[in-house]
Amino acid sequence: MKALQIVESAYRGTIEEQDDTIIWLSHAMKGAGADLTVALRGNAVNYAVKGQSAAGLAFGEWQQTQAPDIEHDLTSLMGKGVKIYVMEADLASRGISRDKVVDGVDLLSFDDFVDLIEESDRIWHW
Amino acid sequence: MADKPTLTFAFMDPPYETGRTATFFRMLDISARRGYHIKVFAYEGAVALPFSLQKAHANSVHGRDAAEENHPLPKDWVASLMAEAEKNGGSLNWVNCGLCVDERGVNAAIDGVSRGSPSDFWKLAAASENSLVIPTR
Repeated sequence: MKALQIVESAYRGTIEEQDDTIIWLSHAMKGAGADLTVALRGNAVNYAVKGQSAAGLAFGEWQQTQAPDIEHDLTSLMGKGVKIYVMEADLASRGISRDKVVDGVDLLSFDDFVDLIEESDRIWHW
Repeated sequence: MADKPTLTFAFMDPPYETGRTATFFRMLDISARRGYHIKVFAYEGAVALPFSLQKAHANSVHGRDAAEENHPLPKDWVASLMAEAEKNGGSLNWVNCGLCVDERGVNAAIDGVSRGSPSDFWKLAAASENSLVIPTR
């Protein structure tokens, strides 16, 4: 079974969970043998931007020592064999150029997106 | 048992905060009434849905005591749907994401709810005719 993980809702609990929960879920399922592809769309295309940092969160004396590192989470997921795409049109509409995108993440046109959906047995839109 | 479809749902929302919760339960209800075999993977806030320590309360704004108010408790919906599915020859297998339970402290769950991991979601979905994820937005 091939599953396409479409991630659209972005920065949903990422501070509290120290990651994106669906990218984390993909890591965990890949570890269990899942055949996954990830497509970032909508505001989640911003996950593919290099060099982001969410470090420095502090409330009173409490300090967050392990901030989310989405770039690393994407890179390591690709290292496990999961292909990650980012919607080209959603990048463009947010003014994000190709050179800002994490290495290894491929741009996806709407035509290619349709092909990807046709190739997948399960479409999970988060 | 094999003649009725098996459906897997992944759900993320906690009790009460969004309209998606009631919609999700309505889909479970239809499936249970049809005797389908229903698999639920409760992820993130949804693990509080079958939390057994939920308590109904009175509502002074409504002018009703606790008994009259009959405040909806999602744990009762889960239990009722488990019974409904079984009555119709189906089943409702509810799996709570264990780490999500731990970080929220909602370890107490009603009978019939099991603790699992994302690999369970993958396995349940792979063994189902179809699957639907309903994320928090």
